[in-house]
Amino acid sequence: MTGEYIRKARSLVKPSFLGALALLGGLSPAAADALAQGAGSYRIAPNSSIRFHVGQVAGAGINGSFGSFGGSFAINGNDVSKSSVAFTLYPKSVRAGEPRVEDFLRSNAVFDVAEHPQITFRSTSVRRIGPNEAAISGVLTARGRSGPAKFDARLRQLGSRSISFHVTGSIYRTAYGMGVGAPIYSNVVQFDMVLNGTRR
Amino acid sequence: MSRNRDVSFGLTAILLHWTIAALFLGELVLGFWMTRVKDMALQFELIQWHKSFGLLVLVLAVLRILWRIVAGRPPALPTLSRLERASAATVQALLLAATILVPLAGWALVSASTLRIPTLLFGQVLIPHLPLIPSGHAEAFWSRGHALLAYGSAVLVLAHTAAALGHHFLLRDDVLRRILPLPTRDPLARVGDYGEQR
Ligand code: HEM
Repeated sequence: MTGEYIRKARSLVKPSFLGALALLGGLSPAAADALAQGAGSYRIAPNSSIRFHVGQVAGAGINGSFGSFGGSFAINGNDVSKSSVAFTLYPKSVRAGEPRVEDFLRSNAVFDVAEHPQITFRSTSVRRIGPNEAAISGVLTARGRSGPAKFDARLRQLGSRSISFHVTGSIYRTAYGMGVGAPIYSNVVQFDMVLNGTRR
Repeated sequence: MSRNRDVSFGLTAILLHWTIAALFLGELVLGFWMTRVKDMALQFELIQWHKSFGLLVLVLAVLRILWRIVAGRPPALPTLSRLERASAATVQALLLAATILVPLAGWALVSASTLRIPTLLFGQVLIPHLPLIPSGHAEAFWSRGHALLAYGSAVLVLAHTAAALGHHFLLRDDVLRRILPLPTRDPLARVGDYGEQR
């Protein structure tokens, strides 16, 4: 905790860092530094939302969400690229509006929650792509298979004890042995999440 | 050659009959199996195949009825009694109706389903839903109707098959032969002796 504050304080006074950021974005250091201001460790709060969409041929597709998940992330104020995220979601908590679809998703046709109760994401690299935005690459593990995945996180709100990101990304489900129903249902699962962090 | 001129059915009628027969029987078995299989991914894929082959039956059945109108059909064999002719005609008409109504009811159940799963014919062509309002009630109704019609027609298939085999092996007449690409046994049958009965 104290370490974080010292690092944060140091980052704020380090002229080379501020100068670099200002050059990067062509913005004033304060505006460009919104992410860095949020430096610290956070726990992903239960009031976050994990929504997903799978398109289909001629129709609304499947729109669903996950109610049960957890994880943490750390924002490195000196170097946003040294930030990290670890996220776990419990696919049993899937909601899709229609019980038969939910049972299908939980079954061994899709998530196989009996054998694989968790889906995890571990970041491997974070790259700043805008003043308030970062691209997070990492490894997604689902149904016993791991593959690279990438999400974009955009800062929504920053409080003294909390931070909120809008996170989006797409996963190709066939890579995780969940290809059932393609091509009627798209191979692409689009995630639209609001991840709220509370400081630890 | 393919017109139904002789005592025998023409080649087109024969091909349609056996293609539809094989597909319809396959659909009965597939329908029974897929609704009881445990693996849900397999079940999903099987149902998609079932929908495609079922719609193929529907298309072929429509063609078959059109062909019947265009080409007619050979008259009943004179060796058959009135009762035999009447019961054969009834069962055959019901089977013809089944090849239309069973797939239509299947299409209706898919269209009324709250799952709204599209039908991609053999994974290629989008088949629209019938204009029904999806609801749990409507889906249950058409699902029951589809199953009843399907299993009811399985009983008809049995009766129809038993009659055909009985004629062929016990009575040794031309009833089965004339719907097969085989010469009929009665040589006179070929030269139009039955013409006046048309
Ligand atoms: C030759 C035509 C067909 C035959 C003989 C046939 C037969 C069957 C049978 C025996 C079942 C199992 C019923 C049960 O045990 O509950 C079944 C289920 C089903 N059939 Fe068909 N079917 C045909 C065409 C179609 C078509 C064209 C479709 C849709 C486009 C379709 C959709 C379904 C579906 C979705 C089920 C399972 C769901 C349910 O019954 O609730 N069928 N069919």
